[in-house]
Amino acid sequence: MPIDTATDDTLTIGNHALRSRLIVGTGKYASYELMGQSLDLSGTDCITVAVRRERLIDAQGNNLLDHVDTSRYTLLPNTAGCFSADDAVRVARLGREILLGLENPGADWVKLEVLADKKTLLPDPVATIEATERLVADGFAVLCYSTDDPIIARRLKEAGATSVMPAGSPIGSGQGILNQNNIRICLEYLKDGDPDYPVIVDAGVGTASDVAIAMELGVDGVLLNTGIAHARDPLGLADAMRHAVHAGRLAYLAGRIPKRLYATASSPEEGVITGSPHR
Amino acid sequence: MYPPPFERGGSIPTIAMQISVNGKHHDVQPGDSVATLLELLGLEPRGLAVERNLELVPRAEHPATRLADGDRIEVVTLVGGG
Repeated sequence: MPIDTATDDTLTIGNHALRSRLIVGTGKYASYELMGQSLDLSGTDCITVAVRRERLIDAQGNNLLDHVDTSRYTLLPNTAGCFSADDAVRVARLGREILLGLENPGADWVKLEVLADKKTLLPDPVATIEATERLVADGFAVLCYSTDDPIIARRLKEAGATSVMPAGSPIGSGQGILNQNNIRICLEYLKDGDPDYPVIVDAGVGTASDVAIAMELGVDGVLLNTGIAHARDPLGLADAMRHAVHAGRLAYLAGRIPKRLYATASSPEEGVITGSPHR
Repeated sequence: MYPPPFERGGSIPTIAMQISVNGKHHDVQPGDSVATLLELLGLEPRGLAVERNLELVPRAEHPATRLADGDRIEVVTLVGGG
């Protein structure tokens, strides 16, 4: 089956049904042209964007929106750069206002980031929970960037998060999925009695195998940016990520064999014409 | 940061109000609205959002929202991000 064949294996997050399980960021590309081609090759239909001050003086008329087909992609505005719940709520509302003006379906959701620390870019879990509650009350579907702590993940869901998005490793670090066990426990807790609750691995994936591992664990999707944008060949890596998310999903659905310490022969042990060793 | 007081005995000038837009000072006139400000800045409202004193000003309210002296305005757009 060709990878691009439409299947009913859609990723549903709130009111949004996404064809691709890859959500791709729009930051850090060498050019908007390269960004556009990379997004295309990644197969994604959902891209994250940030909210920043309009450049009033040195604007060169070069705006992200001139390079993104907003009728093709669902935009997911983030609150990156916010270090308090107050700021995250402000930025989320501004993002919604922009998307309403663009008539993009992403106007009803937000990728919530409330950071604690510039060095690690780790989220502030307490402020993230507070911001989640306030944004949910304001009508947002909130997709929460979180650590891989299963207890925080559960608290975010209880606060009303539409999706919890544990980090595989720190943002932009390319370290992959550092604690597969925590992601497993997050999945168990978040999907307990609610198997369709969407869990996305957000941040830290550096290459195709990282994406495949995340998907094989049973997460519903992967959100990434730097792994493609800063690859030596972003187009090649975007293509690899598209295959990886598909391969990982198929492997998860098919069910992998358990890991064993010792070998199990693939060829029959009966009928051999050679002698056997004693051990 | 405020305009100097006008000289006694002189004619009363048009009083410019000072506001900040994205952290930089701008002079506007009494009666100017958020919509006027965007026009003065040469900005198309599409793809923008405006905040006045930490409160969002919805697009439909730009024409009726009058600026006041000392207002802190933020004009934001979308940029690449993860």
